Amino acid sequence: MYLSLFDYNVFSQRFIGFENFATLFSDWLFLKALGNTFLYTFGVVPLWLGKALIVTVLLHPFRNSIKTFYKALFYLPHVTSSVIVSMIWLWVYNPNYGLLNYFVKSVGLAPAIWLGNKFLAMPALIFMQFIMGGGSTIVLLSAAMASIPDYYFEAARLEGASSWKVFTKVTIPLLKPTILYALIMGTIANFQTFSNVYIMTREGPEFSTISIGYLVYTTAFREYNLGLASAMSMVMFGILALLGFLQFKWLGSNVEY
Amino acid sequence: MTPWKAKQKVKMVLSLAVLTLFGLLAFIPLYWMVITAIKPASLTLRFPPELFPKNPTLANFQELFQRPLILRWTFNSGVVAVSVTFLQLLLCTMAGYSLAKKRFPLSQLLFFVYIASMMIPKQVTLVPLYILVSKFGMINTYWGLILPSVAAPFGVFLMRQFLVTVPTEIIEAAKIDGASEWRTFYKIIVPISLPAMAVLGIFTFVAEWNDFLWPLIVTNTQQMKTLQAGLALLQEEVPMQYAFLMSGATYAAVPMIIIFFAFSKYFLKGVTVGAIK
Repeated sequence: MYLSLFDYNVFSQRFIGFENFATLFSDWLFLKALGNTFLYTFGVVPLWLGKALIVTVLLHPFRNSIKTFYKALFYLPHVTSSVIVSMIWLWVYNPNYGLLNYFVKSVGLAPAIWLGNKFLAMPALIFMQFIMGGGSTIVLLSAAMASIPDYYFEAARLEGASSWKVFTKVTIPLLKPTILYALIMGTIANFQTFSNVYIMTREGPEFSTISIGYLVYTTAFREYNLGLASAMSMVMFGILALLGFLQFKWLGSNVEY
Repeated sequence: MTPWKAKQKVKMVLSLAVLTLFGLLAFIPLYWMVITAIKPASLTLRFPPELFPKNPTLANFQELFQRPLILRWTFNSGVVAVSVTFLQLLLCTMAGYSLAKKRFPLSQLLFFVYIASMMIPKQVTLVPLYILVSKFGMINTYWGLILPSVAAPFGVFLMRQFLVTVPTEIIEAAKIDGASEWRTFYKIIVPISLPAMAVLGIFTFVAEWNDFLWPLIVTNTQQMKTLQAGLALLQEEVPMQYAFLMSGATYAAVPMIIIFFAFSKYFLKGVTVGAIK
């Protein structure tokens, strides 16, 4: 934190006060990276949460053995490293021989250069993260749901509530603390995204996929401007703290048990 | 069958279909990795791709092991993952024990600091940590790879939460029987904590094996790279040789997948630590 106030590079260490922060907010690349990171995080996290809620609710009525099987299936990509997952998807997204374009062609659509197009590269990264991720949220929500006594749901059904009503009026409020936790953790994790950007796209076409995490890395370890990189990570920390606080305010205010 | 039951049945089948669809989407890329790895290299650059390989081959793996650095990287990853896991288990159990059962000044505050530091994103501490490690002269060494990961607030938190539930009478009984502090720790605390240590150990091992960013910046010679950083290097070197790259990816992923299936119970339990009381 202290470092962010210095002009800190291989040659010199000089105190420059808040100049690094001033530099940052007038630097279009930093602002671009900030925007991309927001886009990515706000793309991935709600999709994860939606997927996790659907899977959890659908999975709830089944036997334990079936539950465990699906939970394991969804968790499996989490033990595979982000480097490996990115390498696989780089191959899946290959414009000429990739699996995705094969599927796209076989349903009669035009193939695309997924990662080489500035409008598609970011959605492609989000899509990949949506497909592969969210497993731990599913495990979390399932565990939380299993701890809700069945008579809550039965009572609601006996009073003639539809499945949708049960979902919005019983399930969601009861899962709220867990949803909040998953939301905050998911935001922190995705806001730092680095490996997939590093392996798959780097800056991306016209800087469309550059993320804060990647920019911190290049600034610190390619350009050796450690002070500026520290300032970037402080901004990141500030934003995450603020987001965490807002999510807490928004969801934590009326947690019901 | 009553209409109500029939409706339930249809619901169940539909649920299973949706679940399987989502599950398959996540599983197909992993399948695709393995399938590409066992295909002859020439067949990968063909359209449409072969979804079920007719002539599986291990040629890509042979090519992989002809690179002398692969084994070195595997060794590095192994050393780092094993050391970090061992040190974390030792230190986190000790720290968790003191926070759970000892009364000392500022212990509450210390615990709060641990929880707070769990929320700090890794990337925020990246640059300061790098400067610290380089001041100690540990850049490009095993120490540099291992030590920063040893202090793990999550591990301390996990062990503390577990040990709080252990009745204090057991520890007092050991004291009355004249057991030393150290003896109490390894004769009583460690055996009691084994379930929690299993969760922490497995999580740590997999996380360290899969870690990428830290090994990437703290190593600067090819010899000191871990398997993940090495794979990224291969990807840059031969970006189009998919069969070869996928064999490397499979090689690095399979140990973790085996560990996962062997210990999936611990994984599914470990995820919920901290979120659900």
